[in-house]
Amino acid sequence: MCFAPDGFEALMLDDWIFIGIFLLLAPVFPAAALLIPRLIAPRKPNPLKSETYECGIETFGETRVQFKAQYYIFALVFLIFDIEVVFLYPWAVAFDQLPMFAVLEGVLFILILVAGLLYTWRKGVLEWV
Amino acid sequence: MSDPVNSIAEWLRMIMAGWGLSDTLITVILAVLGVVVLATIVLVVDILLVWIERKMVARFQDRLGPNRVGPFGIIQPIADVIKLLIKEDIMPQGADKFIFNLAPILALATVLLLWAVVPFAPTIIGADINVAVLYVVAIGSIGTLGIIMAGWASNNKYALLGAFRTVAMMIAYEVPMIIALLVPVLLARSMGMQSIVEAQSPWYIFVVPLAALILFVSSIAELGRTPFDISEAESEIVAGFHIEYTGMKFGLFYAGELLHALTVSALIATLFLGGWRGPFVDQVPILGPVYLFIKAFLVYYLIMWIRYSFPRVRIDQMLGFNWKFLTPLALFLLIVVAILDKAMVEFEPLWYVVVMLAANLLIVWGTILILRRYARIERIRIAKERPVARALETDMNEFVGQE
Repeated sequence: MCFAPDGFEALMLDDWIFIGIFLLLAPVFPAAALLIPRLIAPRKPNPLKSETYECGIETFGETRVQFKAQYYIFALVFLIFDIEVVFLYPWAVAFDQLPMFAVLEGVLFILILVAGLLYTWRKGVLEWV
Repeated sequence: MSDPVNSIAEWLRMIMAGWGLSDTLITVILAVLGVVVLATIVLVVDILLVWIERKMVARFQDRLGPNRVGPFGIIQPIADVIKLLIKEDIMPQGADKFIFNLAPILALATVLLLWAVVPFAPTIIGADINVAVLYVVAIGSIGTLGIIMAGWASNNKYALLGAFRTVAMMIAYEVPMIIALLVPVLLARSMGMQSIVEAQSPWYIFVVPLAALILFVSSIAELGRTPFDISEAESEIVAGFHIEYTGMKFGLFYAGELLHALTVSALIATLFLGGWRGPFVDQVPILGPVYLFIKAFLVYYLIMWIRYSFPRVRIDQMLGFNWKFLTPLALFLLIVVAILDKAMVEFEPLWYVVVMLAANLLIVWGTILILRRYARIERIRIAKERPVARALETDMNEFVGQE
């Protein structure tokens, strides 16, 4: 909660103090919820109980198998989009100061993004096989 | 007029100043108090959500739902929490202990953190930072990290598969979500939640309904709820990433999921439904949270309605829907909104809204036309005879001929 009575800059700093303290305290609540069972819940582990769950038969081989290369490619496409779209946020905030020319330049930037999307589409990257 | 929350804060500040504490220390103490109060309220609402969710799903499925413990079964979630607390905590074989324990904590903590920037009333907000929308996107992504950590640390193939799928889905749907979030930012010229709420006359859902719809759909995918619940598709990978979790650790994932749904609803209400805006809110600031929660629960109800009405989509359909439909649509909408907004600087507010709304509806109409065309092509493609079926048939004929 922003409690600072004096000045805009003090207000902003207070807000960031709040966020920082929230960042520190937020994991404490769920961690406390995990600590209570440690005190009151029964603990009787045995090998059978802690076995990996899998449809009744024992699991075999490595669990952490190699994953499909497709996931990797999707992650790459996402990365490009995410970073480029984040660059558009300052453009949107400063919209009042922009002349029509700058707006169209932003649109051009988006169109380059679209071209990238079309390219990956044509290359068949977006097909899940 | 002052609201009770800030009055109490001012009163505490004065008392502590009387004790001779320094200004910085007072600010820090008040921030800690604020965090504890906010998080406690949110967690209590979260426990209530369990009851609401169970009662609603029961009604959707023509059942009564919990009705034994307390009036209308409202004490049921508290009984559930006690049950989860006294359950044995099982650590699966070969699990990575530290990450296994950290994952549920992250899953709930990130959702809690999102509430820091939700404005409850004109003067009641956790932190009115000027990059709130970016903060929401950034913190929201940490939740994905919790899921991949859970899947990886569990040492279970179902869990790992579920985690892979979830991450593929969540990062994919983040793209249209961020683009849809850009639209209210562009209209309000600010990333701060309070300024976006204050700029909303009329509510943005009446100006750019399509952006609200795109945000809504991609948020449901972010939540991993039906029809996008391939991360925990029971018939394929049992429970997905949280399959090995028991007791309170599972409870944290469950609570995090429910709270995430409400948080997303509150964010949609803030960005598109006018947040705390409503009649008399300027005179009585305490009405703000009431309006916000009414709007948030309306959106939450919609999410539940969709969850219990739709079947699940396949992973290829889901990724295709995102990359080939939602993302291009969101980008197109952003271009149209940007150009129209700049072109209509001189317009009256009323005409501005009318033109913007008309443009949105036009895009929706065009999209429906394209979709209809695509559906026709797809129907023809599916109606064609498939090689597998024909091969079987000829085999049968040969078999019959030999007889």
